[in-house]
Formats: sequence, C-alpha cells, structure tokens
Amino acid sequence: MEEATVERGIRCTALTKTFNKGATTAIEDISFTVEPGELFGLIGPDGAGKTTLIRVLTTLYVPDIGQAVVDGLDIATEVKALRNRVGYMPGKFSLYQDLTVAENLEFFATLFNTTVQANMDLIHDIYVQIAPFRDRRAGQLSGGMKQKLALCCALIHKPTVLFLDEPTTGVDVVSRKEFWQMLAKLKKQGITILVSTPYMDEATLCDRIALIQEGRIMKIDTPQGILDAFPIRLFALKAKATYSLLCDAQAFDGTQSCFAFGEYLHLTFLDQEESTIRRFKDYLKDKKHQEVVFMEVKPSIEDCFMYLMKSEKQLKTAS
Amino acid sequence: MNATIKILLVQMKAFITKEFYHVFRDRKSLLLLFGLPIAQILLFGFALTNEIKNTKIAVYDQAGDRASKRLIQRVEASKYFEVAAMLHNPAEIEGHFKSGQARLVLVIPAQFEADLARQQEPTLQIITDGSDPNTANTITNYLNNIIQDFQTDQKGNLQVRPEVRIVPVMRMLYNPQLKGAPNFVPGVMSLVLLLICVMMTSISIVREKELGTMEVLLVSPFEPILVILSKAIPYLVLSLVNLTLILVLSVVLLEMPINGSLLLLFGISTIYIITSLSLGLLISSVTDSQQAAMLLSLMGMMLPTMLFTGFMFPIENMPIPLQVISHVVPARYYYVIVKAIMIKGLGLSAIWKETAILVGMTIFLLVVSWRKFKIRLE
Repeated sequence: MEEATVERGIRCTALTKTFNKGATTAIEDISFTVEPGELFGLIGPDGAGKTTLIRVLTTLYVPDIGQAVVDGLDIATEVKALRNRVGYMPGKFSLYQDLTVAENLEFFATLFNTTVQANMDLIHDIYVQIAPFRDRRAGQLSGGMKQKLALCCALIHKPTVLFLDEPTTGVDVVSRKEFWQMLAKLKKQGITILVSTPYMDEATLCDRIALIQEGRIMKIDTPQGILDAFPIRLFALKAKATYSLLCDAQAFDGTQSCFAFGEYLHLTFLDQEESTIRRFKDYLKDKKHQEVVFMEVKPSIEDCFMYLMKSEKQLKTAS
Repeated sequence: MNATIKILLVQMKAFITKEFYHVFRDRKSLLLLFGLPIAQILLFGFALTNEIKNTKIAVYDQAGDRASKRLIQRVEASKYFEVAAMLHNPAEIEGHFKSGQARLVLVIPAQFEADLARQQEPTLQIITDGSDPNTANTITNYLNNIIQDFQTDQKGNLQVRPEVRIVPVMRMLYNPQLKGAPNFVPGVMSLVLLLICVMMTSISIVREKELGTMEVLLVSPFEPILVILSKAIPYLVLSLVNLTLILVLSVVLLEMPINGSLLLLFGISTIYIITSLSLGLLISSVTDSQQAAMLLSLMGMMLPTMLFTGFMFPIENMPIPLQVISHVVPARYYYVIVKAIMIKGLGLSAIWKETAILVGMTIFLLVVSWRKFKIRLE
C-alpha cells in the first residue's frame, strides 16, 4: 500500500547527468522521493544542479545513470505519457512575449487539448489577478505578473505533478509571497509540486526540502528537521565597524565559520565550551570594537546550508 | 482515430495562428519578408542593369556627305545610342571623354560616300572609354551591328552589285533585346525565396529555444513532427505570396514574360520552397542563438546561391572544383527550371531532370532535418 502511494509522486534513484562527454558533472547520485501531494523544495545556489535535475525529471535530459518514476511513469520509457501528465515551468520566462495574456493562455490550453474555461476552477485565483491585463502583450507584464501567467499556463491541463524551476527568481518580495500562497493552494488540490529556489528563506514554506550543492544532495528533511539537526551553537555578532569585525572574527583561532547574515555576522566555534566564548569576548575587547552586540541565536536554513557545505568540504579535503 | 486527427488539426491551427502573430507583429520580420523581394526586383531591374540604353556618343563627321548623315541618323534612331555632340576637330575628342559627355566617339572619314560607292571599304573609327571595359565592349558590339546593317542597306541603295560576302547576322534567341530582366528575375526568385525561407524558419525555431518556449513545447503532448509542420506551413504560405509578388512586379514593371505554365511554375516553386524550409530547419538544429542562425543563413545561403546559380557568373567559366560544388546548390536547378518555364515556355518534359534532382534534394534534406530535430535538450 505504501509502495503504491510512492509511485504516484516522484521517486528517483542514483540519478547522474554529465555534460561535455563526462567532463562536467551536473548532478551526481541523486536519490529522493516526493510523496503525492507534497510540496518539495530543491534548495541550492546557482549552478548547484537544480535545473539539470528538473530537466531530467521532465524528460528533457536523459540521465547517464539512474532511474526515476514520475507519477507512476518511467522517465526513460514512458516519455510521451509523462509529457501529457506533468506541468513544467522553466526557469527562463517561457511564454510568447509578442502574444497577449489571453492568446498565450489559449495557445497553451489548445496545445494540451483543453480550454481555459474547463480549467478555470484550478487557475481561478491566479487568473483573476492577471485578467485585467488579458489584452496586454506578455512581454510588457511585470516580473511578478509574468510568473503568474506562466504558472497559469503550466497548470492549464490539470497536471498531477508540477515542476517549477526557480519561479521566484527576479520577482519582487510581495509577488514572491503571493506566488508561494498560490503554491500552497495548489497543494491543497492534491498536486505534487517540486519547486527549486536559490532563496533559503523560501525553504520553510515547503513540506520537505533537499539541500543541493555541486550536484549532490547534502540533506533531505522537513525544514524544521533540518533546523533541529544543526549540531552546534550559533551566535550573532554586530559592531560599529562590520568589515573589520568580520576579519577579526575569522582570524580568531577558535572560529569555525563566520559570514555576514543581514546586519549581523553569524558565527560558530570549533568547540562549544563556555571558555572559548569568554576568550572570544576578551579578544574583541582587545581589538577595541565598539557597540558590540553578541548573542546566541537559532539557526536559519541558510546557516544549516553553510554548515553542511563546510563539513562536506572538510570531509572531501580529509579524504 | 477521427477524434485524434481532429484534436491534432485544432492544435496545429492554434500553432499556425501563433506563428502568423509572430510574423505580423514583428516589423523586422515583415520588412524582411516583403521588403527584400521588392528591393531586389527594383534594384536589379533599374539600378544594377547591364542593359545599354541611350548611351551618349559623340560623332566627328569628317565627310559631311549624304552617306555619313544617313549613318548618323541610323545610329541615332536606335534606342541604344543618343548623339550628344557633333565634333569638329580631333582635339575635342578627349575633352568629351574626360567630362563624361560621351562614352563613345564615332569618327567618319572624309569622302565616306565616295569610298562606299567605289567599293573601297571605308574605315570608320570607333573610340571608346577603356576605363570601363565591359561597357566599352558591349557598346562597340552594338554599334558594329548597326554599321553592318547600314552597310548592307547602302549596297542596295547605291545599286552596287552585291559582292559575295558573308555577313554574320547575330540574333539573341529568347531575349533579342538583350534585356536584363529575363536573366535576373529567375535569379532573384531563387535567391529571395531561399533566403527568406531559410532565415525565417531557422530564426523562428531558434527564438523558441532562446526564450525557453521550446522546453515547454517539448514537455507537452504536442507531437514534435507537428512543431516542424506548424513552423513550415506559415512560411510556405508566405513564400508563395512572395513568389506571386515577385512575378507580378516583374511582369508589370519589367515587362517580363511568363511563357510557360503558371501552374507548373508554382508547383516547382513549392518544391523549392520546401527545400529551403528544410535547410532552415537544419540550421535551427545546429544553432542556439538567433544571431548565429541569421549569420549562418546569410553566409551559408546567400554567397553560394549568388555564385553558383549562374545568373551572375556563368558556371561554365568556373574552375572544375567550383563547377562540382555548384551541383549541390539547389538554387542552380531551380534557376534553370524557372528560366525554362518563364522564358522558353517549356513544359515538364524538358525539365524533368532538374525537377527530379530538386525533389531528391528536398526529400534528403527533410529526412536529415527531421532526424536532427531534437525531442530533448542537449
């Protein structure tokens, strides 16, 4: 029974895809499962392999090694059936700039052998927002509107699985927020959604996330699970002269990592002893930093990401 | 099955409509599509002509008798020459060349009539401007013809016993007036149709790649072969409109005849257009940016077509390797066919060989471009 439910989501095993005849590895040994109706996030910086992974799962690339089943269909053998079933929104804005909003929608609806009206229940919430611009050319829409229109087009055939490649890149904060609200609503309709994003703050909006870096998945868990698994103490640090503070903190012999995070610096130590912390405070005093704020904070997804990245690197150099 | 076909037709109709929107909403492609043929026809028809019309000449008539006047009248009566000045001493000759008032000077010797009557061959001197050897050559030939005609007539006039003498009579078959149009209209047709089809198809497909819409098209139930068909059909239609435009312009403006079957002309043109469309498809599958596609279409199509079609440079005069290359240029065969149909008024039986080669090329290119068309990203 459990096996059957897994089959309807996404399940991939050991996916590897290289380019330039194996010279460049885009993704390596990727395995994960997305449950039906789950909102799954691929979180990672540019060049991590998110787009390649999505293109493999949407049958646009053939993986070198590994298998994947999307909505019960094998990506290698059931290409045609799969292409009928999935919704896909590429990272580059993929609508016809010289066609109006209405023409774009109708074109994609016809392409998927349906009509805009027939799917109104699914796209209604998004459609009402772009409806005032229905006669405007897609190229003249704002970034947020473009993304909403593209989402409408990707949803027009009631896909069972939806792939969104960096849908919020280059979109303003308000539109990003609205976009994620829409994804939450779509999730309620039972659509399985795989979304990629370089924005770590969006990770908490997903049911589960995969942290991906240099073509490998570092960790898969719920956002909370990832936060809880952060093994060491994290401190936030601020002073009048931010840059020299960063240099000094990185130069301190007990520092494991220190990077800028908003207006604060985020800092971890090699050991978790109180004595190290006291030594660090004295060190800052010696360096004559003014208006120093130093406190322990809860980690964010970005902290977890940086921590995992650093430990992977250390593992690599060690081996 | 019927339902499936109906769905496919509806999908294709939507796709083709979209293609027409692209063309008609983009001023640049509209200009390319309809501006190019008009510009080419007008350019070749009026500006780049190598026809001889009303060439200004000067005459230095040393005889001033009846015969010389008749000769001058004769020259002037032809539409090729216009006697711009009568000279009175040899020193004026050079001045007229330098100021460009004359491109040719005809010097008639003293006692022209008397010499003619006495059956002594009088010597006429023709001086031309050798800085433009092509024109000089052509107009000398024209003038020679006129003078020979005159000579023959004079013999009758003066009631001299015609001596046995072979006078070469030249007659240009099919194009007696040596007009340029019959030569270049088929050339422009092969060039323009090829360029437009190749550029429009390759650019429109590569644009979809650039915008990422190709990804969405691929991850959709729409058959890849229908993508190709739906891309080809609008440009086939537009090219046929273009062909009509070129033909109307040549007939109306350039008085070009269409002696053969119009239906045959359109039929074979359709084959040629499909050849060009498949070339465009091929280019689109090896390029990833619109600029590259444009450059490849222009460089890869324009030059070989201009060189190897035979309407600018005769193929027979080329070195053997170039003659061999010319055999793979589709425009070469189309050019021969169009000339045969339009000017000579020949039917399919006369051009079946060229037609067969063209059909073969079309099938080959279609198959190759279809196989090259990727249903995935690379």
